[in-house]
Amino acid sequence: MSILSLIIFIPIIGAIILALMPKVEDKIYKYMALFFAMVPFALSVYLFIVFDRSASNTIQFEAVHDWIHAFGATYHVGVDGLSMPMVILTSFLGMVAVLISWKEHLRVREFFVWLLILEGSILGVFCALDLVLFFLFWEIEVIPMYFLISIWGSGRKEYSALKYVIYTLFGSAFMLAGIVCVYVSTNTLDMVSLASSGILSAVSYAPLLFFLLILGFCVKLPVVPLHTWLPDAHTDAPTAASVMLAGALIKMGGYGIMRLCVTCMPDMAQHYALLFEILAVIGIIYGGAITLRQTDIKRLIAYSSVSHMGFVLLGIFSLSEIGMTGATLQMVSHGLTTGLLFAVAGLVMHNAHERNIAKLGGLGQTTPKIATLFIIASLGAIGLPTTSGFAAEFSIMTGTYSSTVVAGTHPIVMIALLGLLIGAGYMLWTVQRVFFGPKLDIYNEMEDANNLEMFYCILFVILIFTIGLYPDFMTSLIKGGVSAVLAML
Amino acid sequence: MTIPEICIWLIWLLPLAAFALTWIIGWIKKDSPSAPYVIIATTASWLLSLWALINVFTDGNITTSSVQWLNIGALNVKFALELNPLSTVMLMVVNTVSLMVQIFSMGYMHGDHGYRRYFSFVALFTFSMLGLVLADSLLMLFMCWELVGLCSYLLIGFWFFKPSAASAAKKAFLITRIGDLGILAALIMLFNATGTFTISELHGLAAAGAIGSAVLTWSCLGLFLGSMGKSAQFPLHIWLPDAMEGPTPVSALIHAATMVAAGVFLIARMYPLFEAAPQTLTVVAWVGGITAIFAATIALVMQDIKKVLAYSTISQLGYMFVGLALGGVSVGMFHLFTHAFFKALLFLGAGSISHAVDSFDMRKMGGLKKAMPKTYWTFLIGSLSLAGIWPLSGFFSKEGILGSAVSAQPVLFVILLVTAGLTAFYMFRVIFKVFFGEYKGDKHLHESPNVMIIPLFVLAFLAIFVGWINCSNAFTVFVDGGESQSFVTGLVGALAHPLAWGSLLAAAFGILLAFTIYKFKKISAEKVSAALPKTYNLLSRKYYMDELIQDRINKDALLNGLFRFFAFFDKHVIDGLVNAVAKAVKGIGGLIRSVQNGRIPSYGLLSVIGLVVIVILMMVVK
Repeated sequence: MSILSLIIFIPIIGAIILALMPKVEDKIYKYMALFFAMVPFALSVYLFIVFDRSASNTIQFEAVHDWIHAFGATYHVGVDGLSMPMVILTSFLGMVAVLISWKEHLRVREFFVWLLILEGSILGVFCALDLVLFFLFWEIEVIPMYFLISIWGSGRKEYSALKYVIYTLFGSAFMLAGIVCVYVSTNTLDMVSLASSGILSAVSYAPLLFFLLILGFCVKLPVVPLHTWLPDAHTDAPTAASVMLAGALIKMGGYGIMRLCVTCMPDMAQHYALLFEILAVIGIIYGGAITLRQTDIKRLIAYSSVSHMGFVLLGIFSLSEIGMTGATLQMVSHGLTTGLLFAVAGLVMHNAHERNIAKLGGLGQTTPKIATLFIIASLGAIGLPTTSGFAAEFSIMTGTYSSTVVAGTHPIVMIALLGLLIGAGYMLWTVQRVFFGPKLDIYNEMEDANNLEMFYCILFVILIFTIGLYPDFMTSLIKGGVSAVLAML
Repeated sequence: MTIPEICIWLIWLLPLAAFALTWIIGWIKKDSPSAPYVIIATTASWLLSLWALINVFTDGNITTSSVQWLNIGALNVKFALELNPLSTVMLMVVNTVSLMVQIFSMGYMHGDHGYRRYFSFVALFTFSMLGLVLADSLLMLFMCWELVGLCSYLLIGFWFFKPSAASAAKKAFLITRIGDLGILAALIMLFNATGTFTISELHGLAAAGAIGSAVLTWSCLGLFLGSMGKSAQFPLHIWLPDAMEGPTPVSALIHAATMVAAGVFLIARMYPLFEAAPQTLTVVAWVGGITAIFAATIALVMQDIKKVLAYSTISQLGYMFVGLALGGVSVGMFHLFTHAFFKALLFLGAGSISHAVDSFDMRKMGGLKKAMPKTYWTFLIGSLSLAGIWPLSGFFSKEGILGSAVSAQPVLFVILLVTAGLTAFYMFRVIFKVFFGEYKGDKHLHESPNVMIIPLFVLAFLAIFVGWINCSNAFTVFVDGGESQSFVTGLVGALAHPLAWGSLLAAAFGILLAFTIYKFKKISAEKVSAALPKTYNLLSRKYYMDELIQDRINKDALLNGLFRFFAFFDKHVIDGLVNAVAKAVKGIGGLIRSVQNGRIPSYGLLSVIGLVVIVILMMVVK
């Protein structure tokens, strides 16, 4: 079995083992889940190191097996400069998600089963190079997320879980239609050969096909106005699921747009680029503005994702090397900063038993560690230089403004800049309301982060600053993947 | 001997090492001291800076080898440190003031719960500020620019449990970020036009006319917007008075001497670009001039000693911009240089006062001269220097600005001359209210400990003599080039000029007026303000700028206006539509479900819908 297949299937096999094994203490399930999440992370770190950066535009660590002969679907996995960062991000978050859930006590075995399946399926999406395989993983992911939200969630959890499922399936129905169209018109399902042949652009109904394929990704990313599932799902999900959702899952949208829509139909992407650039800047400003109005700490972070993902869309449809590399970097960066924000917000909610920002306050004195971590995560989200957010957002802006492929981006970038101001506004206001101000007596007994929680939060912090100070170790890999995409234009 | 490259890097990185060390050592041993590491690192950085200054003076500019930061296609970003006259002058300013402030803080912050956090943040600030002045690339300069903003945020909000400090910190960050967007826009536009961020290359391109004039103009305006935010120019000045919530030594370091002057430094650093788009310099001059008099009038009526000094800083920064725009780099920078020392002195003096009386409200002071003679004399020196009295340093730098304004923009000259009078008035208002008359508080008065007095002495010495550097034109020659003159001509000859008498008269008038009102009590301040209630209110409410920006624009128009509408739209229109569609589908689904004898998971249902779409599609196409 290739290493990539191991990375995808170890969590899934682990989930099956957990599900089928005889009943034991909860603690043992946790350690086993940690093991099944750590191995893929270790393997993807290994792949990240041995990845040939001089040839990151070609697919590496490839594995191909026959699968469904009837319509030529193969089991085809591999990574390039676009997917490798997503794989390492997902496996990192998958591991941390287990640690985040260390205090879980409700139906523990089942919880970790779903969490591992979730991780495996997201990894599958990022590695799959066959459309059927891609779609399969894309659909599998919905099931664990549904259960994670509806069983272990809070608030209107059933509503949010169902909304998530229906919304996603709504998008994937069109995607499936698109995939069938691709097969019918080209007779192949292999994403690599589709990309290299550029055959799809020749299809007579290419514009329609382009929108069929992109709709599902737009729901996932999300693109305004298809975003309203996101705040509900993120808010009501348990912390670990929120981290996976915001950190890794919505990146499937951005990744899918680049991998499928831009790579396989570059001229369509160019044709409609301005439309998506406008949607992107609407997302940045509109999403940020609504974030400012939120009163629930998790919902606030959730809405901020709408704004941040607007930057991803902006970078992608700049169709420039700098912009798309920045967009990919922004996905990694957002995974880390928002992952950390959700993790720390989870600590606040768990330890203070309160999630309404208006009722929180003065936690900087009662829980200085939590406060420090949250402030650092906020700085990353704001895009302060030396954090990953700055490197990403700056390259997106620069790349979009200087794009030679898409005209008319100048005013769009200038408006998007305002998003950075709004972003600083909602993050610092939240910090002020939750952590600053006088100590409140009701939180006197509140616990600060324990050693385990400090440990995984500091992992996030290290990564945020490493990428911020030396983004080249990510971008040197990403830009190869991007340049392969752009070679089609 | 030429300074080795490693030493240039050390100038920058030593304070960072001190920042890290304070935390690491504090983590190992909880009650270990933290100030010594920071002070030793800053001293070492100061000595190396001196070496660097001498080197640049004798041999000219030095640029270190560069470090790659980002490399994506055309976006190939390398950073290096550059020693040039501007940066070495700033190195001396930053390190000197930082060192004095650190020593002062050992006394001032003694016993504070966050002592270690305080010193580590000051070290981080020093590091960021040194990076800002050493950067060879506009992008690196901007990154450090943001970091000093962060340190400012952290230090204004140092006592974060005070709600006023918490909101002042946020306000400072957000208002300056408005300006930062201007710099970001400029960076992006300049990169698009030139493909480089390296400042020396940009200088060359601008001078050669290789950058389109529209791009150049907009970029310069963007950069100046950043300067307006950082250097608190109207209307982005509203954060600086609030920033006085931070510990007073921080106000001296960040909000008087160094960070707020970064805006002036930025323009000076990018001066060839502005010269190539001269109309932008007119904008700079007018914004500076208006801010100078605007802030000075507010300073007249403030009751809080730090607020007076804050508005004074805003006003003096306005002066510097006028000097830059009308007189050139050396004129503006020289005022930055002298101002850093006497304003830091005044702020530390205010800190020393509050150490005794535990307040910044001048209505609770009075008669402090007797109990605090050292603080009094140093504060007086600072005030005289700020008022521009010969032969203190403020006289010379102010003279240069007025001299360049008189022929270029006579209206601005008059504005600045009036401002000079106002400046002298409000400073002596402070002196008389604080040090003369009867003490109105109830604290036991005492002079501050030596650890606080010694920095005051050092800065007072500098406030007197540092201006003499340019008597022989040494500063101008170093920064701008040109002819030097004899020292005596510069020192005494200035008095022969009618301009000097004009400005000295304005200052003397201000001082005399303060004397009459607050010492001799010939005119009652209360009666004057009662006679002009509208004017008094307008000034004491700071022209209602806080209300306009925070309440009207931020709260009413945006937060509770447009953004509220967005949130409503999102909840009721977009999501409402989603839920309505879901309901409708559920209805149809219910029909199908009954047909299919129930129990079709929604999953299958939707896949069916998808397939139907495909079939229809294929039929349409064929």
